[in-house]
Amino acid sequence: MFPLRAIDVKIEIKRKRLIGPINLEIKQNGISILLGANGSGKTTLLEAIHGLRKLSAGKVEWTISNSLAAAEQAFVFQSPIMLRRTVAENLAFPLKVRRISKSVATTEAMIWAKKIGLEEKIKQQAVLLSGGEMQAIAVARALITKPKMLFLDEPTASLDGATKKAIEDILISASSNGTKILMSTHDLGQAKRLAKDIIFLHNGIVEAHCSKEKFLAEPPSKAAKQFLEGDIVL
Amino acid sequence: MRALLICFMLILLQVNSALAKKVRLAVTSSFHNSGLSDHLIPHLETDLEIDLQLIVVGTGQALKLGENGDVDAILVHSKPDEEEFVKTGFAKYRREIMFNEYVILGPTNDPAKIKFSDNLLEAFRNLSKANTEFVSRGDLSGTHKKEIEIWEKINFNPKKIGTKYISVGSSMGKAINIAVAFDAYILSDKATWLNHKNKGNLEIQFEGDLLLHNQYSFLPISKTKHSHVESQLVKKIEGWLVSEKAKKLINSYLIEDQQVFTFNAE
Amino acid sequence: MNEISQGLIQAFWLVLSFDSELITISLRSLYVTLTALTISTLIAFPLAAFLAVTHFQFRQAIIATLNALMGLPPVVVGLIVYIIFSRSGPLGVLGLLYTTSAMIIAQVIIITPLVTSIAHQSMQELWADYRNLLISINVSKMQSVGILMWDSKKALITASLAGFGRGIGEVGAIMIVGGNIDNATRVLTTAISLETSRGDFALALALGFVLISLAISVSFATHWFGKTERGGLQ
Repeated sequence: MFPLRAIDVKIEIKRKRLIGPINLEIKQNGISILLGANGSGKTTLLEAIHGLRKLSAGKVEWTISNSLAAAEQAFVFQSPIMLRRTVAENLAFPLKVRRISKSVATTEAMIWAKKIGLEEKIKQQAVLLSGGEMQAIAVARALITKPKMLFLDEPTASLDGATKKAIEDILISASSNGTKILMSTHDLGQAKRLAKDIIFLHNGIVEAHCSKEKFLAEPPSKAAKQFLEGDIVL
Repeated sequence: MRALLICFMLILLQVNSALAKKVRLAVTSSFHNSGLSDHLIPHLETDLEIDLQLIVVGTGQALKLGENGDVDAILVHSKPDEEEFVKTGFAKYRREIMFNEYVILGPTNDPAKIKFSDNLLEAFRNLSKANTEFVSRGDLSGTHKKEIEIWEKINFNPKKIGTKYISVGSSMGKAINIAVAFDAYILSDKATWLNHKNKGNLEIQFEGDLLLHNQYSFLPISKTKHSHVESQLVKKIEGWLVSEKAKKLINSYLIEDQQVFTFNAE
Repeated sequence: MNEISQGLIQAFWLVLSFDSELITISLRSLYVTLTALTISTLIAFPLAAFLAVTHFQFRQAIIATLNALMGLPPVVVGLIVYIIFSRSGPLGVLGLLYTTSAMIIAQVIIITPLVTSIAHQSMQELWADYRNLLISINVSKMQSVGILMWDSKKALITASLAGFGRGIGEVGAIMIVGGNIDNATRVLTTAISLETSRGDFALALALGFVLISLAISVSFATHWFGKTERGGLQ
């Protein structure tokens, strides 16, 4: 499946360029962090690579066909999308869609519920839980199918420290278990904690794609420098 | 929920299919609202072992239903319309069954002073001159056509009365309700009036003129025009309606101790 | 005002005495409207879900038409159905006129646009939320339709009740196509019309109160039934 390639990808709406042209190669190992200020185009790029948005130009390629690759991906949205069902039903949902037997799905859901500390609440309506709990469910639900590629769009943006750590731990664990993670964030600390390589996005253009160490030591652009120094990036 | 529904459907389907031979008769509201049909029809159904379905509509609609073949026969009281109906072949003939009377209803204080008029025409002349409300059926029913006939006889266009001439386009009963609300005069058949429960401040102010004769006739729909009509059963019904038994039942039907219908079939 | 209290008292006695004619016409009212409602929901719900989920050229036009059809005057529907099923009409051979079947057909035509519009309104909102998640999980369009319908249960119940209300109180159409035939097609509303034209306002009101109670009972029963299904949550 890997490397994932984005070739000359461009997205524009009503003649306004949102992102692009973008050329990227994502390898299988390690957590890749998509870093950038708000409005830099992170969400648009992630959704484009995953196939949620139509490209105005260019293409996204895997080493297998795009339709085969679709079954191996999962996405966690910035704002968790909860089905109007119980926690257990939300977790089991991706398995049910693949027609996996009810008993297997229920067992898996329970395992993941325990991993995210929500086993007491599995029969509750998911939409009634806190933001952090919902996001944890979203992450667990994304990982329950053991995807080869997981996209996350600022998953911990509005969460408290404890929940943030819990989710980061799950992601690290998933990464070491064979799931490639591409995650966007504007939290520099999070990038430092998790990243193997960093993709820096500014004004819809990839200004750098290199190892974390290199990025931190030698910021490749004015915007990157501003970002690292905590200035507002315009 | 769904199980309940299925039960309902089964129950009612049973009821529907268990019924005897069905005949549909369109009758005018004055025949029904007088209560005569409730008095008469059960006997007919038992004697002939048929299920007579009455569709109570205005004269115009009854004729239309007959024309379309949606009923097997009609019972109406509008001679000119009936004759036209026969002429166009939708019924082969009309059979007179019974008659009742029209009356003029009005408020108890009789502002138009028609109570002691010499005859019907004088009563209507008084109505044309008085400044009081008059409710008209306005629906080209038998009753409405009778009213028009009387206005024409005194050479008066009721529209000249202006806003006090209230044309409602409803059945007899509903028109009476409106007359009660307006404390107005109205031409009604006597049977419907006597049986009507909302009499308000109205009472019979004029009756008894020959012109107020109201003839009911039975018209079987022609099988030539509509091959599916139940002609055999309709013939039986007609036979029953002109029988001695029907005569007795019709003449003995009393409302407030008064006979309202008179059998006159030949 | 006196008639209203008279009506209430008469309604009370009618019900208590299990007046057989009252029971028959009440059951018939329920039969006609509930059957029409069932058929209507079988059309409306999938249609509404489909419209929410698919985007095609005529979608907006269809939705606008459905909304407009809510304003269809029932008596006009009755007239059109009469003309179609009259012996002189195209479907006259079916002999459906003056039967409860014709009444059901008329009510289906009247109720469906209303139920569809209300259902669609909710499902459209839910789809706006679910869309990205379901596309990401590779849920097929058909599956999406099913998921939307299931997760919109509460809104669908509301839509059904609205349809029920419209149908149970309807009189114009069923009077024309049913004929208000004693022991065959007489229902509560047509009986009320008849008693009004007879000037028996007390009885008409009594029947009216029975009708109102019936409608309220159905509403309560539906809500109660719905709650026990979902274990008392939401």
